[in-house]
Amino acid sequence: MSELPGLKEHPKTVQPHRMTLAERLWLPLFAGMWVTIRHFVKNLFHMSKLPTIQYPEQRRNYSHRFRGHHILTSRPDGSLRCVACFLCATACPADCIHIEAGEDPDVNIEKYPVVYEIEMLRCVFCGYCVDACPEEAIIMSNNYDMAFFNRSQTVAGKDDLVRPYNVDPARLGYRPHYPEEEEQRRRLQQGVVDLVAEARSRQESGEGEREVAAS
Amino acid sequence: MPTMTAPQPLLEKYPEGSVVAQEGLDQETWVVDRAVLKDLARDLRDNSETRFDMMLDLCGVDYPDRGESGGDRFEAVYHLYSMPNNRRLRLKVPLPEGDPQLPSLIEVWKACDWFEREAYDMFGFRFEGHPNLRRLLTHEAFQGHPLRKDYDSTQRWILPDDKVYRPKHLEEFSESAGADTDGDLFERMTLNIGPSHPATHGTFRVMAAIDGETIVASDVEIGYLHRCFEKMAETHTWQQVIPFTDRLNYCSSFINNVGYCRTVEKLLGIEAPPKAVWARTILSEFSRIMDHCVCNGSTLVDTGGLTNFWYLFQPREEIYGLLESVCGARLTVSACRIGGLIQDLPPDFEARCRHLLEIIPPLVDDSERLVVKNRIWLERAVGVAAISGEEAVEWGWTGPCLRASGVGYDVRKAAPYDLYDTVDWEVPVFYGGDIHDRFRVRMAEIRQSLSIIRQLLDRGMPEGPHIVDDPHVALPPKDVAYNQMEAMIYHFKLIMDGIRVPPGEQYDMVEGANGELGFYVISDGGGKPYRIKVRPPCFPIFSTFPYLINGGAVSDAIITLGGLNIVAGELER
Repeated sequence: MSELPGLKEHPKTVQPHRMTLAERLWLPLFAGMWVTIRHFVKNLFHMSKLPTIQYPEQRRNYSHRFRGHHILTSRPDGSLRCVACFLCATACPADCIHIEAGEDPDVNIEKYPVVYEIEMLRCVFCGYCVDACPEEAIIMSNNYDMAFFNRSQTVAGKDDLVRPYNVDPARLGYRPHYPEEEEQRRRLQQGVVDLVAEARSRQESGEGEREVAAS
Repeated sequence: MPTMTAPQPLLEKYPEGSVVAQEGLDQETWVVDRAVLKDLARDLRDNSETRFDMMLDLCGVDYPDRGESGGDRFEAVYHLYSMPNNRRLRLKVPLPEGDPQLPSLIEVWKACDWFEREAYDMFGFRFEGHPNLRRLLTHEAFQGHPLRKDYDSTQRWILPDDKVYRPKHLEEFSESAGADTDGDLFERMTLNIGPSHPATHGTFRVMAAIDGETIVASDVEIGYLHRCFEKMAETHTWQQVIPFTDRLNYCSSFINNVGYCRTVEKLLGIEAPPKAVWARTILSEFSRIMDHCVCNGSTLVDTGGLTNFWYLFQPREEIYGLLESVCGARLTVSACRIGGLIQDLPPDFEARCRHLLEIIPPLVDDSERLVVKNRIWLERAVGVAAISGEEAVEWGWTGPCLRASGVGYDVRKAAPYDLYDTVDWEVPVFYGGDIHDRFRVRMAEIRQSLSIIRQLLDRGMPEGPHIVDDPHVALPPKDVAYNQMEAMIYHFKLIMDGIRVPPGEQYDMVEGANGELGFYVISDGGGKPYRIKVRPPCFPIFSTFPYLINGGAVSDAIITLGGLNIVAGELER
């Protein structure tokens, strides 16, 4: 700590950089030019490896932990797992969850949500509702592009939260358990994978972005 | 009388009871009578043994209960720092409800300028002798003082056109607009930059009186992004405040999370497990790299160097990928929890970090090679908006901007936290104090950060849990909560009531991407914070801005703004 300069006595003047002879003669400009040309040529001949992504035709491949649009999960019989305990609404720092509870005909379940709405414009996608849920009834998907035509669409009701992503395991996001990581962990423990090399080859082959059909 | 900590002659001249030490707090605290405040402040700064050369933070606290029981309702709290002695001191000045008035310390520490205006705005404290005591974060037609406990936050105030602030010293310029007063063929005019201008990288308004191309006088107005984070925090549980901290410095939101969580952990008397500390250090450094990339990239865009922007934004994008694989969000991460991390680290965490260590250095090198010896850039940046180390300290500067002026103050060295004292790294210091050296400091810091990360990765990930195993603080693991009644009850209690933080106060700081990011939290023992004050590093830096740009060209003002790394979310909270 004490060996750091300027702490005991603060400098009273400034010593601005003085240009060297080479700098005066504009010589380092050519080094800079070389950098630009190198990048230009590299990009020209390896168009597939460009860091730019042609959204929406191409999309970045986000991880399976992504905090996107919420999903209400269902029981095997198709009814919602939610028991309307209001924990998610309490945990929400943005106050964006609105629930109205009703009595479930099944005595073992007691309650179910008559209304379950999330105001998407208020939501900050912090994932606290997922952490709070004692039933794993609310999880998140990896859907991030939510566009609306009018304000009434910005409130996601039960139907919007159940239907869209429930069926496709590739679209799941933030949730308490990640089965896909178990496989990775197992392979790592056996010492058979070099994840750095995998990441490098993914980067080089441009596979980091997956293409999806524009719908 | 506090005798053991202050040199005796310093306090002898004050009347009995006017300076009293408060015991049992997190740091040295003196309760000071407002009558002696100004003299004491001057003594503390000038005495060769104390030398408190920096005023870090000033905030108000409201205790309505004390007021009702006949005591002083308000308290003005100063946080001082002595750089030569590496010592911190808190001064508390009690103020009665009817007459919250105290002397302005602007003559002692220039940093008090905006901090006093903020306290006036939020609490209605009247600082006698302040030359320009008007509202800072709220607008002119605002009624009441929002951080007082009895303020009804549902009220809305409209700003009519005739109340909009027009600075007096610029008004004479508007009157003489179009006139060539000094015969140099340049006309005078007033120029508004902002509030919403692509070059300001945020919403603040700079009003400049220009004579030709030169700025002769200027004023700054902020508060467009003010959302009263501190008031919001008082109505949410301790855990719920974390997503709000993301939005302070949104370029490196992870560091804000760490700063807040560490402060609350200290107040709780717990420590995050080794794995969480290890990951926090690595991710903080990655966030710092990201922030410096954004700052340097956008400064260069302001000078017309768009290529650097592309080179520097690529590392940022890849680091976002790493953060997203850990916590699920890219910009507003909320990746920390009080007591640890949001979730366990993914299996490929180390691999991703190592991959980033491979791709970041060439891009940073390329970007630097383009400009750092380039005469076009040098003529544009060297000597622009220069400030000496001494002045910068007076204004309360910290972080890379201060280190560019030759003062090597860094919280990671001065008060090491997490794993910073176990790794080998240096604090880069430059002496130009100008835009060019601010750029170089940031580039050098990116390299130091990479070195810190490399050393920590070589050490290997510590085994163990990612969050403390304390059901009063952290939610029990889900499979336990589903199956055990006790864990289920803890789960419900934590979410309904929040963490019970013992009564007390704590100031703790981390090195944010643009300086000392401090959190001053007060708990009354309930489930919600009583008061949270953020010490935003760019707040004192930006208060210097009008003085830095006077005498320069308009285009210099733009790159000065970029080079100071002003982030509106943190500036205005």
